[in-house]
Amino acid sequence: MSLTHDDIARIANLARLELHPDESERMLTQINGFFNIVEAMRAVDTTGVEPLAHPVAVIQDVALRLRDDVVSEPDQREANQRSAPAVEQGLFLVPKVIE
Amino acid sequence: MPSPNKPLHDFGVAELAGALRDGKLSSVEATQHFLERARSHADLGAYLAIDEDLTLRQARASDDRRAAGAAGPLEGVPIAHKDIFVTKDLPTTAGSRMLEGYRSPFDATVVRKLAEAGVVTLGKLNCDEFAMGSSNENSAYHPARNPWDRTRVPGGSSGGSAVAVAARLAPAATGTDTGGSIRQPAAFCGITGIKPTYGRASRYGMVAFASSLDQAGPMARSAEDCAWLLSSLCGPDPDRDSTSLDRPPEDFTRTLNDSLDGLRIGIPSEFFGAGLAEDVRAAVETCLKAYEKLGAKLVPISLPRTELSIPVYYIIAPAEASSNLSRFDGVKFGHRAKQYTDLVDMYKKTRAEGFGDEVKRRIMIGTYVLSHGYYDAYYLQAQRIRRMIADDFQQAFRVCDLIAGPVAPTVAWKLGGHGNDPLADYLADIFTLPASLAGLPGMSVPTGFGEGGMPVGLQLIGNYFSEARLLNAAHRLQQATDFHLRKPEGI
Repeated sequence: MSLTHDDIARIANLARLELHPDESERMLTQINGFFNIVEAMRAVDTTGVEPLAHPVAVIQDVALRLRDDVVSEPDQREANQRSAPAVEQGLFLVPKVIE
Repeated sequence: MPSPNKPLHDFGVAELAGALRDGKLSSVEATQHFLERARSHADLGAYLAIDEDLTLRQARASDDRRAAGAAGPLEGVPIAHKDIFVTKDLPTTAGSRMLEGYRSPFDATVVRKLAEAGVVTLGKLNCDEFAMGSSNENSAYHPARNPWDRTRVPGGSSGGSAVAVAARLAPAATGTDTGGSIRQPAAFCGITGIKPTYGRASRYGMVAFASSLDQAGPMARSAEDCAWLLSSLCGPDPDRDSTSLDRPPEDFTRTLNDSLDGLRIGIPSEFFGAGLAEDVRAAVETCLKAYEKLGAKLVPISLPRTELSIPVYYIIAPAEASSNLSRFDGVKFGHRAKQYTDLVDMYKKTRAEGFGDEVKRRIMIGTYVLSHGYYDAYYLQAQRIRRMIADDFQQAFRVCDLIAGPVAPTVAWKLGGHGNDPLADYLADIFTLPASLAGLPGMSVPTGFGEGGMPVGLQLIGNYFSEARLLNAAHRLQQATDFHLRKPEGI
């Protein structure tokens, strides 16, 4: 299997990354090189094997923890917005989305 | 209390804590000394941020706590944090332009817990961008240099942490390990580091790379110092980290001196194959012989899917990274492009400008393997083999208590040595990836020197929650050898 320039463009769009043509070219070669070593993995028979997400689940049950849906944090809007690129009256500014 | 025999910067964490406790030294004195060292060795590139006034204020506050009888176990000991842990009072960049100038509204749990134990923060340490790399060359700011040979890499991604500790610019540092990022730089710089069982240290406030793999741990010059730090930084964080395990904190220093008599050390044949450099093999075998003298038995074992761990890891980690890094959109924090036409263009240009090459590559790989039609063939397949790899370890631990082998196939390579070939870096991670995928605790212990006089690291891997045993085995080795006490020329 080999990726094409169209694949790279499609993935870059999904990933919201602008790639310059030379970057895109380099990425194609490198990613195809990488997928050569992935082939060995695809050939492994994994029939009946459950995917492992939390590694410690190999030896014990790990339930994802949920906490009560209650307000626990104080208002920190100013601290939270201190590093935002554009803020006005406590709101994050983005380019116009709806005409 | 600098003495003619032993300068203050050769004091480890336990020694400093002792001297501070005995009133032979103040935190301000110790802290000033390390700040001065950091300043005069800036050419090593270890630190990304230092704020001397802030640090000295923390040291004075620590001395005041001690005077008031409220000293923590690590009271007054100055350490530094990898710049992947967010800190309220110091900038956090994760080694990326994307977060240049970023100020976190909170401290990472690991940072908070260590502060509660009394440590003073010397600064933030260089690392590969978003912890993606094995050489620290992916830092967007500057490379870090290996103090044993400044033309070589210190390893990564916790490269700045390893340099700071090896060059005595900090007695210890925090690091994070996703696929070997504590163990490999520790090995390359001749220091000691441990990655605990996945879920033991909170990930809250660690800038996320691959959430099912990321773990925090200490890097220091001895196993004893690592034990002190690890005891303070582990513990459940139920409200902040959904994968943190309900496992009470433990005093890892308690069993450091236990006997190794009868300890069964598994030697995986796959870790000693053709890909292992002869100098590394020789150094590792020296320490295995030392273990036999200490009463341990070497048991041959097999980890048959060692090689497969490379593609499995480099599918899972980028997949999780592509998801985690989608938060960098130029809206809530971080960089935003100056010129754009609309919202989507703003995202694309922001991310193109803010991320470096390796990060972009991993986002691309991750996005692809998670995309419609490929998810089962790549991501789920990788997670299935991940279980097989974890099962292989459980099989091995039926006949042994610990597993030992090299940390990396070679000693540290030259800066630029892997050129523009990301695959070369990936392949060099082969011996650290299996334990990462299985979520097992692993450590790196200095085990001698190889080509060019460069340090070699012995990797010890334990079963889940066996950190105390690992540290005990490492400590006993360090009582019998002096590799961890050697220091780079001119340091």
